[in-house]
Amino acid sequence: MNREVNLERRKTLKAGGGVGLLALFGGLGLLKPGMAMAEVDKKAFAAKTMDEALSAMGVILPGSSDLVQLTVPEIAENGAIVPVVVSSTLANVEQISILADQNPNPLAANFTFPQGTEGMVTTRIKMAKTSHVIALVKADGKFYRVMKEVKVTAGGCGG
Amino acid sequence: MGNPMKIRASVKDGVTEVKVLMQHVMETGLRKEADGTVVPAWYITDVKALHKEKVVLLAQFGQSVSKNPYLSFRFKGGAVGDKITISWVDNTGDTRTDETAIAE
Repeated sequence: MNREVNLERRKTLKAGGGVGLLALFGGLGLLKPGMAMAEVDKKAFAAKTMDEALSAMGVILPGSSDLVQLTVPEIAENGAIVPVVVSSTLANVEQISILADQNPNPLAANFTFPQGTEGMVTTRIKMAKTSHVIALVKADGKFYRVMKEVKVTAGGCGG
Repeated sequence: MGNPMKIRASVKDGVTEVKVLMQHVMETGLRKEADGTVVPAWYITDVKALHKEKVVLLAQFGQSVSKNPYLSFRFKGGAVGDKITISWVDNTGDTRTDETAIAE
């Protein structure tokens, strides 16, 4: 998995896409060599479907696992603020990604966990309409998935 | 330079919990004004959390993270008084860095 992700990064670098941003980050000291491992290609965030997002991330959707937990409201009255908690009992969590399958851009956030950081994260996402929230957790190089439906009564994208 | 973040960090039983509230509009680039003009995308793309000099979390955000992003996470170690530094970068290249000390 890692290999694919890294190859994907390299392709992007070769193509020149994102070089400016990476250079900027390097300049700001925001990225350190070796820390980029579990980061996903920026183009995964621009993907318009789940399939596109997963392939840009270099991930094949794994089966559902009860080793990872996802806490989301069953009904979100306000799609602009949907609280999401992802946690896991797995050791060595390297990466957690949060996706909403019906959003215009399904990949909402990706977190990279260095050694010593616990495999859990809490954040809030926008959801355009009722759909599934999917959390992908990578631990010891293997991906795990958990998915839950959230009913949205008012969309998060306004306008 | 962005608006200041609110950061809380506390240590209990050797585990530090960090809570961050960033101030940012997180525009998706899909929303339209009443007159039909599209509001350009403006959102945080990357967040980095440091405990002293060590990276404890990296986050990449897309447009669908909520306005004024909230983040909480935990890491092993940390002592009262240690510095926690959070930085973000948005898609316009704007950045903001704030820090706090770990409390009890």
